[in-house]
Amino acid sequence: MRRSLWGIVMQRNMLVMKGLLALAVILAGSARADELTVAVASNFTAPMQELARQFEARSGHKLKLSFGSSGKFFAQISHGAPYHAFFSADQAKPAKLVELELADASSRFTYAEGKLALWSRKPELVDAEGEVLKRGEFRKLALANPKLAPYGAAAVEVLQHLQLEEQTRAHWVHGENISQTYQFVASGNADLGMVALSQILENRKVAEGSAWIVPAQLYNPIRQDAVVLKRGANAPALREFWTYIQSAEAKEIIRAYGYSTPPQDGNGRDNADR
Amino acid sequence: MLTDDDLAAIWLTLRLATTVTILLLIIGTPLALWLANTRSLAKGPVSALVALPLVLPPTVIGFYLLMFMGPSGPIGQLTETLGLGTLPFTFWGLVVASVIYSLPFVVQPIRNAIEAQGARPSEVAATLRASLWDRFWSVTLPLAKPGILTASVLGFAHTVGEFGVVLMIGGNIPGETRVVSVQIYDHVEALEYAQAHWLSAVMVGFSFVVLLALYLLQQRKSALGTPYGI
Repeated sequence: MRRSLWGIVMQRNMLVMKGLLALAVILAGSARADELTVAVASNFTAPMQELARQFEARSGHKLKLSFGSSGKFFAQISHGAPYHAFFSADQAKPAKLVELELADASSRFTYAEGKLALWSRKPELVDAEGEVLKRGEFRKLALANPKLAPYGAAAVEVLQHLQLEEQTRAHWVHGENISQTYQFVASGNADLGMVALSQILENRKVAEGSAWIVPAQLYNPIRQDAVVLKRGANAPALREFWTYIQSAEAKEIIRAYGYSTPPQDGNGRDNADR
Repeated sequence: MLTDDDLAAIWLTLRLATTVTILLLIIGTPLALWLANTRSLAKGPVSALVALPLVLPPTVIGFYLLMFMGPSGPIGQLTETLGLGTLPFTFWGLVVASVIYSLPFVVQPIRNAIEAQGARPSEVAATLRASLWDRFWSVTLPLAKPGILTASVLGFAHTVGEFGVVLMIGGNIPGETRVVSVQIYDHVEALEYAQAHWLSAVMVGFSFVVLLALYLLQQRKSALGTPYGI
């Protein structure tokens, strides 16, 4: 009795073993096309989708993209979220991740410098000088939460420079990140909003409504850094992606979305992994 | 410890939950009464509609409210014609959203309490020549009191615990739409974990006390033989 039971157990085990073996074979077969998980600040959504398409087409690797606020990604990564790389909306968070030894210091580089735009869905509301802010002919002005989002902090700097902070404050509504800010304006719930230029450009032109591209001297540059995280440090596919993302071709795409691409990173040294 | 902003968020949340609970009792009681007594064909569909917020994710409610209450939505156009402006990003926008979101938590206990009485008490009162209005106020409502109490507590607590809908239509305005749950979210996002802990602990304590009170109350009442609940 005991023996036959043992026999059954063994048989079961063999089945499981065979199954595992088959699974291993399948997995090994697909190992050439690696999957990379990348966390991306939401302002960079549109260009990253295009970059991913290009990269996937040429390399055969697969990119799984997560978009959200940099703050949330930072918290998730510091609690063990399984991303290979992180494209932040600022420089502080990637630097902090390096400091915490969660990211590879040599991989850090500035992939884009963001620009801010005052945008409305209404075709004639926003003039070329942004005078609409002074005239105050709007009910709601959407900003990204300045405490959380670099674009929000930049928007407040602009209003401070124009000495309109106090005057407009009663009209502010905060988006949780720059995507929600855009969505508040796009849905018409806010007449005006300070969004990322990349969100409203299509083929290098403002796709809809009216916009004022805020002059760069009105706010501190929004430099955005990317880092390879611990999980991606040994992935060959990620090395390929890092080379691609810093290529002239990738930079051309990034610029087409209204960003500038600094030749050197924030620390003044040459980009790593070149 | 709690900052002024945190206290403002707590005060706003209490104000919101109180307003919503009062409105819900005004709307929910007749609705529950009707649902408990009607034989109309609309009973099924209306019950389902009332229960919808229980199963729908807050994102669905938030998204539709943003669309409908916005300047191009039907509700938005109505409120604009009435000269009220649009509701998203306002305290009253949150009130409307919370009333919808917490409706089942108020209607269901009251309905159960009325159904549990059966028609008899009201009928007996009718033989004593009590009018419909009189029967409602002096028979049905007092007998349904425990259910109404449960409904108020749940409606209040559920509004305090609301997050997703507020995040989607609130716009995070201090003193207007930045409620406690959103304030905690902000603290976490900004990596201010100590602040997040303080406020979260307040929420845990509050919720526990509310639910404990509710269950103690239910135990006492059910010992008296009045069945009800959610």
